[in-house]
Amino acid sequence: MKPDPGLYAYLPWHQRPRIRWPGDARVALWIAPNIEFYELDPPPNPQRKAWSRPVPDVVGYATRDWGNRVGHQRMMRVLDRLDVRGSVSLSTAMCVHHPEVVAMAAERGWEFFSHGLYNTRYAYGMDQAQERAMIEESMALIAEHTGQHCDGYLAPALSHTEHTIDLFAEAGGLYTCDLFHDDQPTPVTTRSGRRLVSVPYSLELNDTIVYVVNRIEPRRYGQMLRDAFDRLYAEGEHSGTVLCVPLHAYQVSHPHRLRAFEDAMDYICGHDRVWKATGREIARHFLDHHYDDFVAAQQAAAA
Amino acid sequence: MNAAADPRRRHGMDHERYAWSMLAERAPQRWPGDKPLALWINLSLEHFPLDARDEGFKPHGAMTMPYPDLRHYTLRDYGNRVGVYRVLDAMAQADLAASLAVNGELVARYPALAGALRATGWEWIGHGWNMDCMHYGGIDPDREAALVGDSLRLLREASGQPVRGWLSPARSQSPHTPELLREAGVDWCADWINDELPYRFETAHGPLTALPLALELEDRFVIGENLHAESEWADQCIDACEFLLEEARRLGAGRLLSLSLHPWVIGQPHRIGQLERVLTHLAGHRDALWLPTPSQLVDHVRMA
Repeated sequence: MKPDPGLYAYLPWHQRPRIRWPGDARVALWIAPNIEFYELDPPPNPQRKAWSRPVPDVVGYATRDWGNRVGHQRMMRVLDRLDVRGSVSLSTAMCVHHPEVVAMAAERGWEFFSHGLYNTRYAYGMDQAQERAMIEESMALIAEHTGQHCDGYLAPALSHTEHTIDLFAEAGGLYTCDLFHDDQPTPVTTRSGRRLVSVPYSLELNDTIVYVVNRIEPRRYGQMLRDAFDRLYAEGEHSGTVLCVPLHAYQVSHPHRLRAFEDAMDYICGHDRVWKATGREIARHFLDHHYDDFVAAQQAAAA
Repeated sequence: MNAAADPRRRHGMDHERYAWSMLAERAPQRWPGDKPLALWINLSLEHFPLDARDEGFKPHGAMTMPYPDLRHYTLRDYGNRVGVYRVLDAMAQADLAASLAVNGELVARYPALAGALRATGWEWIGHGWNMDCMHYGGIDPDREAALVGDSLRLLREASGQPVRGWLSPARSQSPHTPELLREAGVDWCADWINDELPYRFETAHGPLTALPLALELEDRFVIGENLHAESEWADQCIDACEFLLEEARRLGAGRLLSLSLHPWVIGQPHRIGQLERVLTHLAGHRDALWLPTPSQLVDHVRMA
């Protein structure tokens, strides 16, 4: 085990090259709906149980299936009205199980990136060949079913190995959402030397972290989104920031929760200097305009 | 792993219990009188034994202290002595009915409670034996059959009703629960919370109807597990009602608001006022509501 992931350099918040977003926006806003499949009886992983109850865990499974049967259209309606495209964190087995959901997102011009095969299959315990095969198969499913190159990665159920990030870079990835260390994109150090970007994924504003882990009230979630936006919008006057809102239809789309989210998004989208982007667009912009300056600044800071 | 080595990776579900179907793609559901919203309120009447064995898993609300856990035993028993009567009063005040999911052992323990429940005239549904008898993957099949059979027998005797519906303790099932229910004369079940309207659920002995009883809005979940304020729970119930009404009217498709209540939670004196606030709000929409028993709702959907 390593004491430090060794994936990024230290760069103080106030000593960075200035990020300029398209249209002189202060905040790059991206919405990341997780479209996931959880198996009723997944292959066991020695390091992590998929379900807290013995199989069949009716409540755990049905809670998530509700998102696929009921929740997605409700969330999509809100994002359509706000003219925001989703960047889908996709359990790529969804392309086989529920291609209808994938098609609904594709019709909207949404981006797809890999979230593994199933959210009940963890990378823990995989050797590099197994994890590489899983990553490549997930990228191939996205290409086959959506015609898109898979540019981004978020490990299934945030299950990582020491090699996850390197393997994704070597498979041709542009950006990872697996690191939560910053409010701006940062260069990622890879063993291959391939250029890879960390795009902020705002885990503390992820609806599942909010509703399942921290058990927060719907209206308070709305307030958290507004407060985070206000601060990032103010700071974005000096250098562009990123606000990601990671979502799960099985959480945010419930009848007792969606309105509070929609109100917060109305507030955020009511500001003019917001770049409504996708993960891929943020990563490409950073690579094209700021990546080299950031690497140079990191080297200068380390010298 | 590829699809050939992964036989359950196929279109639709990874099991045989029900067909894959998105709510928004179905033909619009019509309720009698073209009401936009059906309302189903359920009260769960539960017994948590002091000598808990915790077989399978421990549900929320179970004993947690070293034996004898008088603290949690009596807080749960409070619901059957005091809380339930407050809830019945609140329902009567709002002129609304509920279904009654009753642990079988409770009928044997408290005949006076059974009498008060019978006097409501409301529908009874099976709710297992008690809250320390989980139906779970790994339970002995004969033991599970006895839990189903014994609890339904006592409820049928006490209620004088056929008792067609079922809500498992903690909504938990073994791989055989649906078959056991069908064999025992149950024809609808509320455990699978993956939808907002009834749907067909397969068993080896013929189909059940799944009638999901929403979990994430129930008093025990919001107040007991999430630790949200009582007034927040009430706000969430009202928000859900307004959301579903708007969606139903906009789409011309009937929606169902299911509200799951536990007298040991919501019957406390500092909480009952928030239930009254919710019920007053719902009653204020009476013209827009269809108020069936759950079995009437199931029958209506099946006949459509």
